This record gives sequence, C-alpha cells and structure tokens, in this order.
Amino acid sequence: MIGSLGATWVIAKRGLVHMRRQPEALADATIQPIMFVLLFAYVFGGAIGVPGGGSYREFLMGGIFAQTIVFSAFGVAIALSTDRKNGAIDRFRSLPIPRSSVLSGHAVASLIRSILPIVLMSIAGVIVGWRIHRGLPYAISGYLLMLAFSFAMIWLGVMLASLAGTPEAVQGIAFIVLFPLTFVASTFVPVTTLPVVLKQIAIWNPVSSVANSLRLLFGNPGGVGPPGSSWPQLHPVTYSVLWIVAIVIVCAPLSVALYQRSIRS
Amino acid sequence: MGEAAIEARGLVKSYGEKRALDGVDLDVARGSVCALLGPNGAGKTTAVRVLTTLTDPDAGTATVAGCDVIADPLGVRRNIGLAAQDATVDELLSGRENLVLVGELRALGRKRSRARADELLRQFALIDAADKLVRDYSGGMRRRLDLAATLVARPSVLFLDEPTTGLDPRGRNDLWEVLDTLVAEGTTILLTTQYLDEADRLADDIVVVDHGRVIARGDALSLKRQVGGDQLHVVCSNHADVARTAELVATVAGTTPSVDEAARTVWTPVDDGVRLLGQLAQALTTAGIAVDDLSLGRPTLDDVFLTLTGGRAEHEAAA
Repeated sequence: MIGSLGATWVIAKRGLVHMRRQPEALADATIQPIMFVLLFAYVFGGAIGVPGGGSYREFLMGGIFAQTIVFSAFGVAIALSTDRKNGAIDRFRSLPIPRSSVLSGHAVASLIRSILPIVLMSIAGVIVGWRIHRGLPYAISGYLLMLAFSFAMIWLGVMLASLAGTPEAVQGIAFIVLFPLTFVASTFVPVTTLPVVLKQIAIWNPVSSVANSLRLLFGNPGGVGPPGSSWPQLHPVTYSVLWIVAIVIVCAPLSVALYQRSIRS
Repeated sequence: MGEAAIEARGLVKSYGEKRALDGVDLDVARGSVCALLGPNGAGKTTAVRVLTTLTDPDAGTATVAGCDVIADPLGVRRNIGLAAQDATVDELLSGRENLVLVGELRALGRKRSRARADELLRQFALIDAADKLVRDYSGGMRRRLDLAATLVARPSVLFLDEPTTGLDPRGRNDLWEVLDTLVAEGTTILLTTQYLDEADRLADDIVVVDHGRVIARGDALSLKRQVGGDQLHVVCSNHADVARTAELVATVAGTTPSVDEAARTVWTPVDDGVRLLGQLAQALTTAGIAVDDLSLGRPTLDDVFLTLTGGRAEHEAAA
C-alpha cells in the first residue's frame, strides 16, 4: 500500500495541475493580488495617510500580503467542496490509501499554491516602490511568517468546506466571513481612523497583527503602534505567532473531524 | 472455492427519518454477477456505499473479498473497484493522467502506472483521446474511462452503480461487452440498475430492492415464475368469433378466460403453456375460427417488478 506521504504528494500534484488548468483559479492567485497592489497604491494611496509619516505604498504591502493569504483559505475550501460535489472524494476513499491523505494532499497543494501570489505581489510591490529595509534574517522571518499564516488559513478553509458543503455555499460564506475579516483590520488603513468599536476589533484582529508584523520585519511604516497602544499593536509578531499556533492547534483537528464527518454519509 | 465474494447480513442505514437500508442480506458468489434492481431511492446506492466502505452501516455486517467492511476497510479497498453513479473521473486531467493517478495511488509506481494506463486506454478504445482533457470527452467515453480507472489494479470484486445510465443504446452494448470480458476473466461484479433488461442480460442473480428491503431474489426465470406462469393470448379476426373462442380456451385450458370484446381478445393464465398452445391452435383450426394472433406471453421483468413493488405499495396502503 502507498504510504501517507506518497499518497499526499500524488494528490497534491493533482491539485497543482488543477490550478494550472483553471484560468479562474489561476487569475485569483496571480492577477488579483497584483491588481490589489496597483489599485490601492495608485487609487487610494493618495487619500490615506500613514501615522508617523512614511510611504503608504510601503505601509500597504504588509496588509495586502496578509489579505491575500487569508483568501487562500477560500481556495482550499473551493477545491475540497468541488471534489466532494463531483465525487472525486468518494473515488479516493474507495482506494487503499490512508484516510487523511486526501486532506493533506489538498493542504500541501494549497501551501505550494500560496507561494505564487506572494512572489508576484513582492515583485509588484517593488515596482510600485516597496522596499525591504531590514536585514536578510528579518526578511526571511517575514516570508516564513507568511507561510505559517497560510498553513493556519488552510485549516480554516478545510473547516469552511466541511461546514458549507457545496462550492456555491463556500462562496457565500467566504464572502460574508473573509471580507470583514480582512477589511476591519489594519490591512489598508491605519486603525486610528476607525470608529471606536471597529477600532477595537481591528486591533485584536489577527489579520492586523500579521500585516503589522510584516511591516515590522520588513522595516516598513506602521509596524508597531506608538507607546500606550494595545498589547497586540506593541507586540505584533508574538501576537501573530500565538494566533497561528492557536488556529492550527484548535482548527486542524476540529476541521479534520468535521471533514471526516461530512463525507461519511 | 464457492466462498462468497460479497456477504452481507441485516444491513441497516438510516439518513434521518429515512431508512435507506432496512435489513438487507446479500450473497454474491465468487465470479458471478449480481444485479441490484430497483427504482430511484430504493437503497441501491447506499448498499454500494456500505459495501465499498464509503459509509458505515448503522447495523449489520458485511464482508467483501473476505474482508470485513468495518474492521478492515483497507483490506476491502485493496480488492475492489468502484464506479460511482456519475462517472467520477477528473475533468481537468487527461484520460491518461486519470489512470496514472489511480495507478500511483494504488502503489503501482509511476512506470507501471503508465504502462497499465496505456493498456487500459487501448482496451477501452480511448487511446486516441488519451491526452485530451476529460471535460472534452463524451458521456460514453467518460463511462469507459471511469470503468477503466476501476480496473487499474485488477480488482477481484467490481461495484458498478448504474453503469449505463445516460448512455445511448450503442454505448450500453459496448459496456455490456466489456463486462462480459471481465466476467470471463473471473471478476465478481455487483451492479445496480433500474433497467430490467440490463439485469436480465448481465446478471446471474437479481436482487430486487425497494424501500431499503429485498423484496425478491433469484435468476430472471425464477423471478418470472414468482409472478405466475405464462399467459395464453388469442386475438380473433372477427368479433363474431370472440364468444366461441372463449369457450374453446375454457375447454382447453380448464380456466375461465378474460375477454375484451372491443379488442377481440381472449386471454388466460396457464401453467403448461406450450402444450396448451398447440392444442388450442388445433381446436381453433378445427372450429374454423380465424385469428390475428395466437401467442404465449411470458411475464417480462417489468411485470415482475410492477407486481412486486405494486403489491408492496398496496400492502402499505392497507396497513
């Protein structure tokens, strides 16, 4: 019998081939993040001020990275629910392969898939004037944080797929959950501009802290809040890592259990 | 020898209030073909899902190829191939890639998977479309690829859930011929179908299911017998002869025949149809009665099915 790793890799490869052959999914991973960089940099950029000065375009990049990674949860959810809808999951489950390998194959494919937009956004960012100002160790830490956050978001996506069922429902729920999650945050605007309730949500929103961590690690403006800010604003990296660990510890087993239950009918 | 390839006892599976399986027993001998025959929602697909370890039964036991579906699902999966109701081939992969994928997951390794894929593509007349994406395949090609995918690792027991649904008559015949080959090679097949002629054509044993229960089983002939014997059927050429014909039929068959004056038809159930047919033909000739049609009708599986399920429906209405 094929081992867990072997089966995972075969299914992951299939997921990557799928992405190549689906223009819509490929566009989500390529054109969309580039478009966001250009839109925000040139359309909104002039109207949004960065507290403490500094370039909005440099401020923006941490936010766009974080947002794009959150949306990768949507990709895995769509892929899984589509597989269930068209019977691919049943086909895999009738084969003598470890039960978990369908899920882990999708997870690995998603993780690899999330690298492409990160690379493209980095290039687009450099073109609009974003720079990494701190040393290589910080830069590497920044990119590793992105991958770790991607990994956590994949489990959120698996949970979404298990709860929603059909690709259409995934789309509906994703819109309701992911948009507020990524916009009520410091992704595109400094939280100081938000009304009081939203401001508190934004401060404690992990998407904000991932965005802020990246700004901090890359030496961009807006990374750390001024003295007297809330704890997450002062310690964005620690707060982000705590979230990532918590999401993986809680969501991964839970989403696997939900997923197994959802396909065993 | 003689060991059952599939053996199920008292399978029960409910979805909410609905009992999809309500105590199903099955025995399928090694190398034989068994058809689960029933209307939509009868529980055929659920039975296949339980036997292929896709879902656990609420109660009951089952073994497939000697492996218990609950205790040893991997053992079951090693020995089976499943073609689900809608051909579940991967649309975004080519035919070849689909088969190689299954081969690799079946631990054949890349090289042997490719060789086996080529072999199957040729066998199923898909070699010319091997590198086309499946989304450009016709319905018949998809079905063939789906079946090919189940055969990659040469399973000993094959589950086919409505294998010919959506195929045109030619595609259906082609598929039947492929199944004949597999049976000749000794594969055990459990298939589900709504088509009586398909069950009749392919299966050694037919298990009629309705509302999650087995309502009849046996080969086509014995099922037909359960409904009753033959029907002797006479259509007179002239209205004037109908009454006399009925008398003749009554004398020959020893029954009280049914008469439809308008259709000039007389018919009656008989036990020893062939002998009586000859006698009646002689009697009619002697009496000088011209007939348009004189025939011995055997009940079709359709009659069997309607009798069996109709009987159950009435039973339920009465209860």
